[in-house]
Amino acid sequence: MSIKALIVDDSSVMRKIVDRSLRQAGIEMSQVFEAGNGAEALGVLQENRVDLILCDINMPVMDGLEFIKQLATVENATGTPVVMITTEGSEAHVVQALACGARGYIRKPFTADQVKEHVVPILAGKP
Amino acid sequence: MTPVNQPLTASHDHHDWIPMLELATQEVFELMLGSQLVKAITPTDRAPANITGMVGLAGQLCGVLSIGCDEKAAALMASKMLGVELNKVGQSEIADALGEVCNMAAGNFKNKISGLGDGCMLSPPSVIQGGDYNIHSMTETPSLEISLLFENMPLHVCLQIHS
Repeated sequence: MSIKALIVDDSSVMRKIVDRSLRQAGIEMSQVFEAGNGAEALGVLQENRVDLILCDINMPVMDGLEFIKQLATVENATGTPVVMITTEGSEAHVVQALACGARGYIRKPFTADQVKEHVVPILAGKP
Repeated sequence: MTPVNQPLTASHDHHDWIPMLELATQEVFELMLGSQLVKAITPTDRAPANITGMVGLAGQLCGVLSIGCDEKAAALMASKMLGVELNKVGQSEIADALGEVCNMAAGNFKNKISGLGDGCMLSPPSVIQGGDYNIHSMTETPSLEISLLFENMPLHVCLQIHS
């Protein structure tokens, strides 16, 4: 199965690393969209439907937690799983992200195996 | 539970944090760049940095974590992170990569210190290009410093603790 993904991070280097890690994890992607913050990501989703969103938390303009809250207002994004990839690794941040609707949480620094472990079950429809 | 705005023991010099700062930095290079950092032994390994990444910490721990190195080392970091040849790396990618390395090292470090994960926020990273500068703190505060080698190039990690 080939998916469309949206990677949201204010670092273009990190967006490329996440892209590469997904491919190394064996996830085939027909299209990858990139956004530098939550507001840009909402703009991408107004025009495009994706199968998976990977999102940082600490970003300028609109952070990752606010972005997840705003996702409910975007018709194209209904039910799209969001996985947070962030340096904010505290328990409180994880709980907050999951409460906002994130389906997974990966702490930076990370390996492609960790990406696989978190993302593949979500794409397979497992809770 | 400790309130998030309550500073950690200000009288303590926190030198027992050095191994965790070193480990946090090493893990970032190992996982994200596939490189092993080694400890710098001789004083000649402490070459002045001409590019420095900085991340501010606020909350229970207030301070600045910086990573300084030569621009060649920063370019190699970007090359390894992006998986492209060294000559394909642009100036903005060099700064972006060093900023992210600094950000991940700061995040990884605070998550290793009990009680800091929830009570300490990180600023977005900043990168200073050039080496002719001094940082003056308004208070006399301790700093934790580590000298490492990245692919035989000096890397200087410093955590300035303000409170």
